[in-house]
Amino acid sequence: MDEQKLTTPSEQPPVKKSKGKWKLLTTGIIAENPIFVLFLGMCPVLATTSSFSSAFGMGLAVIAVLMLTNVLISLVRKWVPNEIRIPIYIVIIASVVTIVEMLMNAFMFDLAQTLGVYLSIIVVNCIILGRAEAFASKNTVLDSLLDGIGTGIGYFLGVVIVALARELIGTFGLGFKNPFTGDVVFQLYFISKEFAQKYAINIFTGNAGAFIMYGLLTAGFIALNETVKQKQAAKAKKLVAQTAGGQQ
Amino acid sequence: MEYILLAISAILVGNIILTRFLGICPFVGVSKSPKNTLGMSGALIAVVFLSAILAYALHRYVLVPLNLEYLKLIAFILIIASFVQFAEMLLKKFMPALYKALGIYLPLITTNCVVLTVSLDVVGTKVTGALLNWGEMLTYSLATAVGYALIIILFSYIQLRMQNSPKLPKPFKGNAIALITAGMMAMAFLAFSGMIK
Repeated sequence: MDEQKLTTPSEQPPVKKSKGKWKLLTTGIIAENPIFVLFLGMCPVLATTSSFSSAFGMGLAVIAVLMLTNVLISLVRKWVPNEIRIPIYIVIIASVVTIVEMLMNAFMFDLAQTLGVYLSIIVVNCIILGRAEAFASKNTVLDSLLDGIGTGIGYFLGVVIVALARELIGTFGLGFKNPFTGDVVFQLYFISKEFAQKYAINIFTGNAGAFIMYGLLTAGFIALNETVKQKQAAKAKKLVAQTAGGQQ
Repeated sequence: MEYILLAISAILVGNIILTRFLGICPFVGVSKSPKNTLGMSGALIAVVFLSAILAYALHRYVLVPLNLEYLKLIAFILIIASFVQFAEMLLKKFMPALYKALGIYLPLITTNCVVLTVSLDVVGTKVTGALLNWGEMLTYSLATAVGYALIIILFSYIQLRMQNSPKLPKPFKGNAIALITAGMMAMAFLAFSGMIK
């Protein structure tokens, strides 16, 4: 990432198009990460991250919904009157979520039961309507699809990171269930099962831990972003100084 | 007695923010000035209560007899969106002062998960079990909304003091410290969990 950014000014003209598409895909993942930067759709981040498996399922559901709604809304964008666009978007989103919910109930029953009402309320998840309004209603179908995938992956990664942190600290172990069958794929423990059950910091799998862990990770992400920015600024300064020195 | 228990469990024990994490965006984002928060929570209580009644009636007397339960998500979100729009128009016409005070918060209520979740709850989810009856439904929806309002009002006063504190490390400013404080509140509210059952 760092190198790409630094070299863009000289390379931009010939590869502008492909770079634009690539950028569409990546902005949603890091620069505009819905969970750690934009803070949109926070409820499921807290509610479905008590275990890695449920967060994984939630992330997948959000990617699917975001891709479909972005494509559909971008397809109909020319026929939607401006005054009533929000109700139309909401109906499209609600239909897509209903379909995804039915499919998950049919093929991933255990997961759908664990997620419960949080699956239904993807409808009012701000990130879906936010992308529809800010991006899909103004851009082509392909761009909207890429934006949906990028933002969806950003959301997925955020949810999974929070869930991993909570499960690792809260149970001193890590388990993963196959979303289709509900069978346990693997279940690991730190040192041994007895040790993990005895010494794990249980509060992090509970309600209070959800808030605290999300808060700590947010602060960590902001601090990391700051240091990366500072380093980049320092690097750029050095480069400028070097080139200036060379010219002289 | 049954209704009082239901109300207490919805307000304190199973508080919708602290145990079910719903309506977090306005909780963290909006509740920075107590005055705005008071106005918004008033509007929210009214919207949650009334739209839950509409959704419950629609589900019980239209969707269930016609075997159309799978349409409830679309039907409910439409009810909520049109109800909020309607309330906005009414307020604008008859109570312009209140309308001005609420400002942007009124239309934002449409995308508040609390409204949709309470409407889904009263027709039966994991939390409430099966379909509630009229009395339970009215108590549950009102108490849940009051619980939500209670927490965001308390939290707005905490935020007011906390965000201006000069000792706060820079990365924690804003949402990070708000979330951690909410975690502390959740811990405090854990004490209520032994009260019922």
